[in-house]
Amino acid sequence: MTARSQSRPVLPETLPAPQRTGRGGRRYGWWPWAFVLPNLIGLLVFYIWPILWTAYLSFTKTGAFGGQTWIGGANYSTLIADENVWTALVNTVIYTVIVLLGVPIAIALASLINRPGLRFASFYRVLFFMPYIAMPTAVGLVWRMIYSGDFGILNWLLSLVHIKGQYWTSTPGFAIVAVGVVGLWSSLGFSIIILSAGLKNIPIDYYEAAQLDGADRWKQFISITVPLLTPSIFFVSIISVIGGFQLFDLLYVIMGQANPALNQSQSLVYIFYNQGFIRNDRGYAAAIAMLILVVIGAVTWLQFRGQKKWVNYV
Amino acid sequence: MSSRRVGSSFAQRNSDNVGAHIALGFGGFIMIFPFLWQIIMSLSTNEQVIGATPTFWPGVLHWENYLSVFTKVPFLDQLGVSVAITVLRVLGQVVLCSLAGYAFARMRFRAKGVIFGVVLSILMVPSQVYLIPQFQIVKSLGLLNSIWGIVLPGLFSAFGVFLMRQTFMGLPVELEEAARLDGANPFQVFWKIMLPLAAPGLSALVVITALWSWNDLLWPLVVTTYAKNMPLSAGLATLQGSTTTDYTVMMAASVMAMAPVLVFFIALQRRVVDGLAFSGTKG
Repeated sequence: MTARSQSRPVLPETLPAPQRTGRGGRRYGWWPWAFVLPNLIGLLVFYIWPILWTAYLSFTKTGAFGGQTWIGGANYSTLIADENVWTALVNTVIYTVIVLLGVPIAIALASLINRPGLRFASFYRVLFFMPYIAMPTAVGLVWRMIYSGDFGILNWLLSLVHIKGQYWTSTPGFAIVAVGVVGLWSSLGFSIIILSAGLKNIPIDYYEAAQLDGADRWKQFISITVPLLTPSIFFVSIISVIGGFQLFDLLYVIMGQANPALNQSQSLVYIFYNQGFIRNDRGYAAAIAMLILVVIGAVTWLQFRGQKKWVNYV
Repeated sequence: MSSRRVGSSFAQRNSDNVGAHIALGFGGFIMIFPFLWQIIMSLSTNEQVIGATPTFWPGVLHWENYLSVFTKVPFLDQLGVSVAITVLRVLGQVVLCSLAGYAFARMRFRAKGVIFGVVLSILMVPSQVYLIPQFQIVKSLGLLNSIWGIVLPGLFSAFGVFLMRQTFMGLPVELEEAARLDGANPFQVFWKIMLPLAAPGLSALVVITALWSWNDLLWPLVVTTYAKNMPLSAGLATLQGSTTTDYTVMMAASVMAMAPVLVFFIALQRRVVDGLAFSGTKG
């Protein structure tokens, strides 16, 4: 592949005695290649070539045993006409929006945890962070029990306040929201960590000055903390959206395979998995993968375009 | 820091923090409740779990649920797979990404900018886009249902290269210069001088790779079909598809599956948090 042609030695015959070219610059002979190639070859074989190959596969009919035939844009026209794809796109967006609702909550929590002199701060940090590092499959199983329509504790809690319980995970409409709540719960900790790092970068002098001017805590939060935190908020939003669009693990486990609401509750990655590895229609799955790429790319691009309006880089 | 706060008396700050403790305590309880509930269910009987009113304390603790995990699920096999894939991926990424990251940060070579651009482009692509061909490669190598099949693509990481490059770029050049004048070759400079200084980046890479490797579901689900060849994540996910639903054993299995990561995190809390914050701010 391309690495081969680029890896020809860097003119060893003309290599002079160590020649210094400015800041740290110097001829390294074949050393850089020894450093870079092991990883680079792996990346080319397992990532770069696969990306190009998926793009190609999306224009083919590819079954379980390889052997693809070129069918032009047929997969894409199927994709556009496929109701499941649109449902999955809407579900994925709903899930992502719910996860994004966690960002303002995380801002509030991070600013509480990082209050100067707050006791038990690291204990709180552990509590909020645990859902993020816990295996999604394992926590998904617990949430499935919590949501259970027959014996789940959520319905029991609701019955205490006289709200009728639901079959949360097997009712279309409720199901994706139920999964979204778990997504919010599990991503909160990561947002708090990133926002906390951002909070530490805000000079304390600003708060001192504001206090001398008689600004109360709420005023300080709104006019110092939030504006100066916008780069971190932006970063967290980007990560949340990218993560949200990749919804799979939680949905797979919380919904289960025999769920009557599964068809109406799939995510984009779920239908990718289903088409590619359950129905073994790899060409179509490749087209879905390209759709995921385009959707995430477009949304991220929009976010970057929008950042000028609200993100303050100091 | 707190001593530098002016204007707010101790009493006032304390009363303010009561509100913070109430909010954080309430939120923290919601965060932790599913874990507590999981442990309670794992020690109950099936009848208690599916009862109309929840059993908050099972009375007799049914530790035998944990023992049944080993007979009903190939738990030890799956644990072995999870440990093996995590260790191999962490080792692979630490070695390969720090080498490549160092070269991109400090060495000059042909087409460096272009190659680095290619590496970065991988970061912008969601994993589904390379998953089918990765599967085809692993399949054609005859590595389906094997540890190496699960591990192979994850030995290499574009993110790791990027993270390590950022780390090395943040280190001072002078030390290297001195070592090179003393006649050390580039590998010695890298190994003896720069790598120890890159510890924050390395520990971030270890944390992120270990978490991802332990928890990831989609890839192992695709390349393994037999329960005994699966890591814990895929094993648990397919367990609930089986016909006999023994909730208490399922809860016990999921407690044990995530326990190593939680213990690791609580023991190394600062490092994990700093590592993720580091990757967040550098990346």
